[in-house]
Amino acid sequence: MNRPTWGCEGLSVRYGPTVGCEDVTFEVAAGTVAAVVGGDGAGKTSLLRALAGTVRPAAGTVRRPDERRLGYVSAGPGVWTDLSVDENLRFAGRAYGLDAADLDRRIGELLERTGLAGARDRLAGRLSGGMRQKLALVMAVAHEPDLLILDEPTTGVDPVSRAELWRLLAASAAAGAAVVVATTYLDEAERAASVLVLDRGRSLLAGTPDELVAATPGLVVEGAARPEGVAAWRRGARWRGWSPDGQAPPGTGPATVDLEDAVIVAQLRQDERWAA
Amino acid sequence: MSAGAGGEPGRGRPSATDPPGRPQLAQAVGATRRFGELLAVDGVHLRVGAGEVVGLVGANGSGKTTLIRMLLGLLAPTRGQVRLFGEPPSRRTRGRLGYVPQSLGLYEDLTVAENLAFSTAAYGGSGAVLEGELAAVGDVLVRDLPLGLRRRAAFAIALAHGPDLLVLDEPTSGVDPLQRARLWDTIRASAEGGAGVLVTTHHLTEAEQCDRLVVLASGREVASGTLAEVVGDATAVEVRTPGWEAAFTALDRAGLPVSLVGRVLRVPGAEEATVGRALAAAAVPAELASVPASFEEAFVVLAGA
Repeated sequence: MNRPTWGCEGLSVRYGPTVGCEDVTFEVAAGTVAAVVGGDGAGKTSLLRALAGTVRPAAGTVRRPDERRLGYVSAGPGVWTDLSVDENLRFAGRAYGLDAADLDRRIGELLERTGLAGARDRLAGRLSGGMRQKLALVMAVAHEPDLLILDEPTTGVDPVSRAELWRLLAASAAAGAAVVVATTYLDEAERAASVLVLDRGRSLLAGTPDELVAATPGLVVEGAARPEGVAAWRRGARWRGWSPDGQAPPGTGPATVDLEDAVIVAQLRQDERWAA
Repeated sequence: MSAGAGGEPGRGRPSATDPPGRPQLAQAVGATRRFGELLAVDGVHLRVGAGEVVGLVGANGSGKTTLIRMLLGLLAPTRGQVRLFGEPPSRRTRGRLGYVPQSLGLYEDLTVAENLAFSTAAYGGSGAVLEGELAAVGDVLVRDLPLGLRRRAAFAIALAHGPDLLVLDEPTSGVDPLQRARLWDTIRASAEGGAGVLVTTHHLTEAEQCDRLVVLASGREVASGTLAEVVGDATAVEVRTPGWEAAFTALDRAGLPVSLVGRVLRVPGAEEATVGRALAAAAVPAELASVPASFEEAFVVLAGA
């Protein structure tokens, strides 16, 4: 089965002299969820905006569906705070060209699923953070887009709402959409079929979570005390360390590497400024 | 009940896990706070000892913020007690506290050095200096700093007066793993130096850094202990199938809390038989296995219970 794939190649985004992202290649297939990971300033928003077509690339190519087949939730409120939940949905649905009957059916269904049905007449500005993010997501998926782009939908959202948001976006993927989610949290990224890690505007790692973990070079060790002679970081009261040559420092043993470790090692390799 | 120094009130829980002699820095004993009809915090027990990192975990509206505000002395409990360093919160106890809110609490149009000087003066001190990479950005306006450095600055400023208790609200939200690791290095180093640390969070990556967790839901404590103890024997049903889409749709329609991890589905808190029936009804073939729940799954189950 040949599914459409969206994404970009060699993408650079600049804001005047400031680099948003540089030479980033990324793809997401229909029916899958891809995560874009990085901290503040890593370039996630620039990549997502270029995919959504709200910023023009300085270099590179972007492959995306027609704008009516695209759903985009930017970081921030993403809803009109002085319109009611229902008005927000109708406004967005019309903007995407849904007819009245389709809109009624989809809105009813989505409000029911997201637990927003009881808040239909409430002003969006009076919703909790989690409910507002759910509304923004519902607005972006009401027209069943081919490509769904979400910029940090779960930032500041509690775990219960976060689980519901991820269920909604997985439902979009199950229905055939290509879904791109930006997040700063790797435990979230671990749920995606593929992960792109950005660091200071550039691509740091890309692959499935398992591939990234398996490709971690050298040896990640763990122990009760700070490992000597290697870059080290903490996990609770215990320590982890990265030995580039695969030699475990005294008092340490091999750790079970997860995505968090894999990214820390990649950042360490790139960032020689790490010092004891 | 005596109001004498350090006396543990009779209503307190048995503190079998307290190492003997470890001073209690913050204590909530049956702390309750009502706002009109709303019982925001309902009989919560919490303690933070010297050298300990305690995570306070809860969904929005769980009472986390109200409890923190009581501990900071900004709000009086309706019932129960809150004690800081063995006494009721006051101006005096405030001086031994370091607090970093999620908004960081820095003056954005002052430089890093000016923020430090202002905060140090407010605590009655002087002469604090910025160290490491912060030394190089002392003259930079806070608003012009990247988030990672802004967080480091907020930490350095909160730590400058050598507080005995640190209260941190989602301390590493928004930063990358390496910066997160460095922030935690600072937090754990303070704890090793004898400070107690209370962290509010709802992310696994932060929760697993804590020595002990207290989980709140609807104002009540629903679990406490180490991360492993909080997750306990909660399970999830793992669903492996060649076509995850059909399985996902079937389970979602059946109203089960299904989640997608790569191409595998997980249903936390459900019975294998229930999941099996929903899949059979939709004629979706799948292999099922009951597996230990993740922290987040356990949390969602606890919060919904």
